[in-house]
Amino acid sequence: MAKILMKGNEAVAEAAIRSGCRLYFAYPITPQSELIEYMAKMMPKVGGTFLQAESEVAAINMVYGAAGCGKRVMTSSSSPGISLKMEGISYIAGAELPCVIVNVQRGGPGLGDIQPAQGDYFQATKGGGHGDYRTIVLAPNSVQEFADMASEAFELADKYRTPVMILADGMLGQMMEPVEFKTPKTQEEMDELGNQHNSWCIRPNEDGDKKHHHEINSLEIDPHVLEQHVNELYEKYAVIEDKEIRYESYNVCDDNEVLCVAWGTSSRIVKSAINELKAEGKNVGLIRPITVWPYPYEAVKNALGKKVKSVYVFELNTGQMLDDVKIAVEGKVPVEFWGKVGGIVFTPAEIKAKLEACFK
Amino acid sequence: MKTELICAGFGGQGVLTIGKFIAKAGMKEGKNVSWLPSYGPEMRGGTANVSTVVADEPIASPIVSYPDILVALNQPSIDKFGDSVRENGVMIINTNMCPHGCKRTDIQIISAPMSDIATEIGSPMVLNMIAIGIIIGKTGLIKYETMEEDLTSFMKAKNPELLEKNLIAIKHGMEIGKQ
Repeated sequence: MAKILMKGNEAVAEAAIRSGCRLYFAYPITPQSELIEYMAKMMPKVGGTFLQAESEVAAINMVYGAAGCGKRVMTSSSSPGISLKMEGISYIAGAELPCVIVNVQRGGPGLGDIQPAQGDYFQATKGGGHGDYRTIVLAPNSVQEFADMASEAFELADKYRTPVMILADGMLGQMMEPVEFKTPKTQEEMDELGNQHNSWCIRPNEDGDKKHHHEINSLEIDPHVLEQHVNELYEKYAVIEDKEIRYESYNVCDDNEVLCVAWGTSSRIVKSAINELKAEGKNVGLIRPITVWPYPYEAVKNALGKKVKSVYVFELNTGQMLDDVKIAVEGKVPVEFWGKVGGIVFTPAEIKAKLEACFK
Repeated sequence: MKTELICAGFGGQGVLTIGKFIAKAGMKEGKNVSWLPSYGPEMRGGTANVSTVVADEPIASPIVSYPDILVALNQPSIDKFGDSVRENGVMIINTNMCPHGCKRTDIQIISAPMSDIATEIGSPMVLNMIAIGIIIGKTGLIKYETMEEDLTSFMKAKNPELLEKNLIAIKHGMEIGKQ
């Protein structure tokens, strides 16, 4: 298929539909509104349901219901709206249901502004909602990857019966890049998807046998039952941490004296600075976590090699990933941080200047 | 080879569209491209700008700090981005809306009364096509044929007259760019 020039917001919506998502509930918010617009336009054309809910809270609970019926369902929002969805996400994680949530981050806290930011890292990777749960979080850094992650997110959600978040930002949502889509699911594949969760989901009780009824619930009033449930969740998360870590190594080599760690939009800017430094004969490596939970601790640690003297973390926040990098580095070398906030995106020249200082 | 472009002007002048057509044409010619608009609580008459990158290699940052080409459709665009144009870079100025122009001598400046030319062609809407024409004529960043094919594909059936005016505007811009 030929490449199409598309905004990230539209590309992830199209990719979700091609991955078999036929249910989408959301409430508009900048800078992700093109996503909801695209769904409003396209869902009726593929026989799906688009519903603009009265609030983000309503939308995530519609997702809860649809996921309980075993269907591929998605919602999306931007930072303040995602905060509103957090209660629902906790319920969905507790009830072990698959769904996909897209967060096109903007500046915060509070209503903040509508420019790109990465201030929701803590919220996305360290819980967000109440209770002892994790969310798989995928962080794209291009329109193509944003689109590819739609199908990957649904696969992971179905495989582990857990909510999966795609953590993008205003820049990835608003920018256009060429994107190539996968072939849409065939009717046969759609039928298969529709039936894959029949063993546990809510569905018509065809034979009338009450023993066949399924319950979807996040309330376990007996502490011993809840204890067992949370332990089982924990075991599931351990498997995810073991099998589903994704990251990119860029220019990581034996003569790196400085190693950068950056995710999402930030990593694009850092790559530009690395390219410019490379042209001047200075080799700086980059580890880009693609899953920010589970986090690629080993990859960061291994990239230290023998020569790396310092690690530099760049984010569009005040250092929310810094703790994870420090855990990975195990105190072997100093870890520096530099970031921009308020919806201001740093430039390659600024990053380059910071890295050049490491060589002095 | 990587070319970085900033197009800036008033909202409604079609600046975002200049970047979009350049990116689309670049993509059709097999290049890597990115298009990053300014966005915010903006409106017709407010300021708008877009960063576009066309490159043979994969594009790292889509943010352009030092453009090779600046299209300035109004004076505030020169005031904001004029100093950032790379040495020997190209600045394309719409003299109708840039009374103070640009005083730099280390870049190539192409000035044309683009608003007047658009009105002469018969539609103020084709202002941005003149700018695209100048880019093609001056730098050869994209091919005229790619633009013609793209515009024809969605305009011919809907509005053949406007298509004609757009193509005239691009050709007119190319002449200016070649001078």
